[in-house]
Amino acid sequence: MSHDEIARRDGDHAEEPIVNPGMHEHQPRPTDIDDVAGRRAERQVATFFGLSSVMAILFCVAYFTFDIGDEPDLFLGYGASNIFLGLTLGLALLFIGIGAIQWARKLMSDVEISEARHPSRSSDEDRDIALSALNQGIADSAIGRRPLIRNSLLGALGALGLPAIVALRDLGPLPGTALEQTVWRKGMRVVNDVSGTPIKAEQMEIGQLVNAEPGIFFAVDEEGEPVVEGVELQQEKAKAAVILVKMRPEDITPYPNRENWGVEGVLCYSKICTHVGCPISLWEQQTHHLLCPCHQSTFDLADNGKVIFGPAARALPQLPLMVDDEGYLVAQSDFPEPVGPSYWERG
Amino acid sequence: MRLLTDRLAARLSRGRRGRYAGVVVLMLGLLVTGGAYAVLSPAQASDEAADQSTVDQGRALFLVGCASCHGKNGEGVTLQNGNQYGPPLAGVGAAAVDFQVGTGRMPMARPGVQAPKKDVLYSEEEISALAAYVASLGPGPAIPESDAYDPLAIPEEDREEAIVRGGEFFRTNCTACHNFAASGGALPGGKYAPSLRGVSDKHIYEAMLTGPQQMPVFSDEVLKSEEKRDIIAYLNSIEDAPRYGGGNMGAFGPVSEGLFAWLVGIGACVGFAVWIASSSTRSKKGTQS
Repeated sequence: MSHDEIARRDGDHAEEPIVNPGMHEHQPRPTDIDDVAGRRAERQVATFFGLSSVMAILFCVAYFTFDIGDEPDLFLGYGASNIFLGLTLGLALLFIGIGAIQWARKLMSDVEISEARHPSRSSDEDRDIALSALNQGIADSAIGRRPLIRNSLLGALGALGLPAIVALRDLGPLPGTALEQTVWRKGMRVVNDVSGTPIKAEQMEIGQLVNAEPGIFFAVDEEGEPVVEGVELQQEKAKAAVILVKMRPEDITPYPNRENWGVEGVLCYSKICTHVGCPISLWEQQTHHLLCPCHQSTFDLADNGKVIFGPAARALPQLPLMVDDEGYLVAQSDFPEPVGPSYWERG
Repeated sequence: MRLLTDRLAARLSRGRRGRYAGVVVLMLGLLVTGGAYAVLSPAQASDEAADQSTVDQGRALFLVGCASCHGKNGEGVTLQNGNQYGPPLAGVGAAAVDFQVGTGRMPMARPGVQAPKKDVLYSEEEISALAAYVASLGPGPAIPESDAYDPLAIPEEDREEAIVRGGEFFRTNCTACHNFAASGGALPGGKYAPSLRGVSDKHIYEAMLTGPQQMPVFSDEVLKSEEKRDIIAYLNSIEDAPRYGGGNMGAFGPVSEGLFAWLVGIGACVGFAVWIASSSTRSKKGTQS
C-alpha cells in the first residue's frame, strides 16, 4: 500500500467500519468555574510543596542529630538515623509528587485534544536523497572497481578478531587435575572446623554431626606460620570441607568395596553438594538424610550418599576413614572421585 | 488478696487516675508476687544427688504421663510395621528430659512428624523427678550446671572474643537448619528447625548436647562445653542487637521480604497510579458557558 493510498483512506471517514464517535462534550472542573475552588486547590498544591521543603530541612536536622556507629540512637528498637533519614527524604519526594499531580488534575489547562498518528515510512523524497548519497559514496571511493583494497580491508577487519581471542587466554591457566584432587592424603587427621581439634570415633555419639576440615588447614610450620594460607587456603577449603556423622552401624548399608570406609558407624562425606556446590550440613539424624538448602537435593548418608531427591546427579563423595596410632580419625586416602558439581571433562 | 487489690484498684482508678490504673496495679501486684516467689522459693533440686525417693516419684509420673508411648520401663514401643511409636529412653540422660519436658515438647499432645513447643505441663520439681528417673535407666548427659551455659560466667574481658568465636561455630554448625538470624527454617515432610529466639540458655545447651528429634548431637567431646557457651553468647548478642537496618520481617529472607515488596510496595504504586489516572470531578454548572 503506497503512501498516497494511506492518505486517501485516512481522509475518507465514510469507509471506516466503526464510525468515529468524536470527542464527548467538554465538562469544566469546579476549579475552572469557581474562583474559590481554584484558590483552594492552589493552596493545597502550595501546602504539599511547602511540606516537602520542611521534610528536606528535617532530613538535614536528622542527619546531624542522630548518632550512628557503635552506639547508635534508637527509635522503637531501630536505628533512629536510618528511620528518620529515610522517612524525611521519602516524604519530601512524595509531597512534591502529590503536589504536582494535584496541580495537573485541578489547575493545569483542561482541554481534550486528538493527535493523528503519522506513517512510520519516510517520505519518497527523503529516501531518494539517502540512496543517492550512498551511491555517490560508493562511486567516489571506487570500492567496486578496486577489489584489492576491498579485500584487504575485509582481511584487516577480520584479523582484529585475533587479539580478542588471544586475550581470552588470560582466563586460564586450565585447572589441570585440580578439580579431581583435594588436600586429603592418607593419614591426614579429620579435625573440627573452627577449633581445629582432632576427633576420636568414641567421642562421637549416635546421631552426631561434625563439620570438619583436613588437619593441614590448622597445621603450622616451625616458624609458627600456617602451612596453607590466603587464596590457596580458600581454594582448598572449597573442595576439602567434610562432614562426619555417626549412625548405628546396623543402619548403614555400604557398597561391598566401602565396608571398611567407616569407623564404628562414623562416616565422612564431602560437604560440597554435587549439584552446584553449595555447602551442605543440614542432616536429619533420624532419617539419615542430608539436605542441600539451595535446591533441596537430598542424599541418604546411610546408603553411600545416594541421591534420593532433587537435582543433584551424583552421589555425595565419601572419604574413606581409618584410625591412627593415637586413636584419632584420619583419611585412608584422598576422595576416590572428584568432589563438587560435575564439569565438562568428567562427562 | 483479690478483694484487697480490687478495692485498692478501685480507689486508685477513682478520681485522678485513668481507667486503666486498676489493671496496671493488678499487673504490678502479680509481678511483685511472682518475682518474690522466684527469689524466695527453695532452690531446685537439680544439683542434688538423685536419691531414691526422687527416682520413685519420677517413675510414678512416668507411668502416668510417658509410659503409653515410651513403655513402662522406658524401653520404647515398636509398632508391628517396625516403626517406632516412642523411642527407648535408656541412655538419653536427664538433659534430654529437661529439654523435652521443660520446653513443653513432651508429653506430645498427638502423634506427628515433630513434637511442637507447647505450654509446659510439669512443675520444675516434677521435671527433675522425671529426669532423675530417666537418668537411672542408663548413663546419659546430665542437666548442665548454670556455669556451663550462662554467658555471664565468661569473664567480662573475654566476652567479646567469645561472641566472635561463638558466631563462627554458629555459622559453621547451626545456620544450615536454624538460619543466619537463628529464626529457624523448614525441613522436608512438615518438619522444621525451630526459631532460637527466646529459648533459654539452658535449653539451647541441652538441645546441642542431646540432639532432640531430627537435630544432630553435638557432644561435649567434639563441640566443647565452652564452645557451646560461646554459641549461646553469640545468640544472645544477636537477639539483643538493635535492628539497625530496619524491620527484618522475621529474618526469613526473600519470602517475607518479597511478600512485603509485592503487596505493600507495589500495592502503593498501583494505588497512586489509579489516583493519577482517575478522572477528576466535573461540574455540571458550567456546561452552558
